[in-house]
Amino acid sequence: MNNINTIEYDALIIGGGGSGMRASLELAKSGLKTAVVSKVFPTRSHTVSAQGGITCAIASADPNDDWRWHMYDTVKGADFIGDQDAIEYLCSEGPKAVFELEHMGLPFSRFENGRIYQRPFGGQSKDFGKGGQASRTCAAADRTGHALLHTLYQNNVKEGANFLNEWFAVDLVKNSKDEVTGVIAFSIENGEVAYLKAQATVLATGGAGRIYASTTNALINTGDGLAMALRAGYPAQDMEMWQFHPTGIYGAGSLVTEGCRGEGGYLINKDGERFMERYAPNVKDLAGRDVVARSMVLEILEGRGCGEKNDHIFLKLDHLGADVLNSKLPGICELSRTFAHVDPIYEPIPVVPTCHYMMGGTPTNISGQAYTRINNEDHLIPGLFSVGEAACVSVHGANRLGGNSLLDLVVFGRATGKHIQEELKSGGGVASATKGDIDSSLERLNKLNESNSGFDTADVKKELQECMQNYFGVFRRGEFMKQGLDQLKDLKVKVDNLHLIDKSDAFNTSRVEAIELQNLFDVAEATAISAYERNESRGAHARDDYPDRDDENWLCHTMFDPKSKLVSKREVNFNPSKVEAFPPIVRTY
Amino acid sequence: MFRNKLEISLYRYNPEEDKFPYMKKYIIDKPERDIMVLDLLNLLKEEDQSISYRRSCREGVCGSDGMNINGKNGLACITPISEVIKRNKIELRPLPGLPVIRDLVVDMTEFYSQYEKIKPFLQNETTAPEQERLQSPEDRDKLDGLYECILCACCSTSCPSFWWNPDKFVGPAALLQAYRFLADSRDLKTQERLESLSDPFSVYRCHGIMNCVNVCPKGLNPNKAIGEIKSMLHKNKKDIIVSDGA
Repeated sequence: MNNINTIEYDALIIGGGGSGMRASLELAKSGLKTAVVSKVFPTRSHTVSAQGGITCAIASADPNDDWRWHMYDTVKGADFIGDQDAIEYLCSEGPKAVFELEHMGLPFSRFENGRIYQRPFGGQSKDFGKGGQASRTCAAADRTGHALLHTLYQNNVKEGANFLNEWFAVDLVKNSKDEVTGVIAFSIENGEVAYLKAQATVLATGGAGRIYASTTNALINTGDGLAMALRAGYPAQDMEMWQFHPTGIYGAGSLVTEGCRGEGGYLINKDGERFMERYAPNVKDLAGRDVVARSMVLEILEGRGCGEKNDHIFLKLDHLGADVLNSKLPGICELSRTFAHVDPIYEPIPVVPTCHYMMGGTPTNISGQAYTRINNEDHLIPGLFSVGEAACVSVHGANRLGGNSLLDLVVFGRATGKHIQEELKSGGGVASATKGDIDSSLERLNKLNESNSGFDTADVKKELQECMQNYFGVFRRGEFMKQGLDQLKDLKVKVDNLHLIDKSDAFNTSRVEAIELQNLFDVAEATAISAYERNESRGAHARDDYPDRDDENWLCHTMFDPKSKLVSKREVNFNPSKVEAFPPIVRTY
Repeated sequence: MFRNKLEISLYRYNPEEDKFPYMKKYIIDKPERDIMVLDLLNLLKEEDQSISYRRSCREGVCGSDGMNINGKNGLACITPISEVIKRNKIELRPLPGLPVIRDLVVDMTEFYSQYEKIKPFLQNETTAPEQERLQSPEDRDKLDGLYECILCACCSTSCPSFWWNPDKFVGPAALLQAYRFLADSRDLKTQERLESLSDPFSVYRCHGIMNCVNVCPKGLNPNKAIGEIKSMLHKNKKDIIVSDGA
């Protein structure tokens, strides 16, 4: 495999989900030679599973809505470690990005006046928390992600974007100046390995929910891009922050949208009590996701869970009536019948908090440029970009608000595409890599291809997922996490010595799965070490042994350095340009 | 066959090793609870790494794992084995009519190119307003049952007309999308769209066999959409000569 093909591009986008395709759309229009490298046909990407909607102050449900209220909610939802310059950009640019989607053809649901339908979601308020519940989530029934992803693919087809479908990116290629010059990738269909050379490489590979045993995430969510960046020595930010969605279907893990509670559904324990009234007296079931998920776990731990094992909670929807359920939540009815064997028109859906979203990722600025830390200062990495769930801009901080992920994809996908266009047209770019540089990026793939003994991918994956689930779940404690960290050390040896039995080239999914497992491990390790270090409870990171938020010591990002395996702190941005910064307050709902 | 065992007959083909495809028999303990066909495949793959199939969302929305299950096309991830077991046996084959790359993985190039052919994107060259284009809820309702397609190809690969003319008959999946844009009040290229479909093959090779309706895992009705296109073509007052002899 020493003489591999080199294919040259201006820009390379790794990942064909919402953020990748929003970026590629911008680049396809620009005339730059671009390719989207996607391990699945783009409409199979995980964006397709997003349900409830895209949160944005388009002032449809409420003509007086204001992006600054959305910004306030997002800052508070993030438990004050979201970067306020980035959140300001997200919320103020959002309407433009959403209207563009509509112009592209996204089939939004509508109000009687013909404007885009918006529904209430958790953590939304009017007038900076003082005006009651807002309805700010734009929806296409409960299939918004599907509608968004297909619309973006369709418009990429329209603009003649270039796709390398069912190609799998293995590792970044770096030159001697520590610039990123593309990736090593192979065609899943025929095994052909190539060096895809590019002036700009965008990691748009989504999340890695598969590090946990129970997750709403697709099987393909294995953190490939983030892991590539970690292996190249670049840091990851806020990796302890994993969102557990309150309502994953018990047993199956499939997501049940927060829109269910937005439309008036609520959670009950085994006594039929609407328990969120106790935990969040004002907004009840529409508190932040971290708050609701923790309340559910406490109900279960205190013996008030539902079912024979008292190990889940019921989501009650039947009181909404068949008409509302069929028109506003048809996909949920379908999923519930298939996976919970329950028809929500008549019976409640059994749900449990389930791993859903990675708030952390490769740190970037609002143009998607990735950076590393040298002597506790930010330094841009020439040639490397990241966007969407793979990136940490950071707009979600310690807890993402529902509906903000789709907005993140399109706002920053768009911004990144525009930035790359400007940068490359003004003569920016990176130097070439040598044969030695390319060879070193091939090492991992070669080792796997040459393996003739070692560990089994499926077995090791299960061990990893159980470990993360047991020691780094909704509630965390130092002594337990220590055990988890020890287990990860043992797992590292196994992950580095997987045995690929099938060496064939044609659509060899076992090769893909082995590399994906290595990616999962790198993300899991960053998660575990960062979680162990943050000695406080904030947002999604809930420590039994440090139950309170500690602004004095931890009003900051964590930065995981993959080379030293150490965690350092990075200051949070409190410098928005159009509004006054929102100072930290006690977060209640 | 013992009652507590399950026999899976799986289509196997690896172009690097096999001259011809063959059916391989796997016998496993019958799972204690009802699981999906995809779960079953995952169990088999844990034992035999070499089995290949596509999968992603595992909840019926990404459209990766369309396959032929005991003779009927469907999505493995939302098909419970209890619904398909016949005499303790399940037979799994790739979607029919498309070239097989390996095992259950088919080459979908032809399917996708038909999709691209119908220009699957909104066409409206008028200057976009500052905000969204308005659409009444009634007009939006016309897209229900159309936009939900997940491009799994279960319908087109169950259609004899598509098997016969995959290059010229657009097929139920792409025709459903053709109608999705014809039905959208915001799209202004109705005339051009109809003209591009008015030849004897693109639409008129549909003979109402209805396999598409029978297999669609999302409960959509491509046949109805094709009927709508046909009546639009007629209303378009074009004299279309349906030639059966081509």
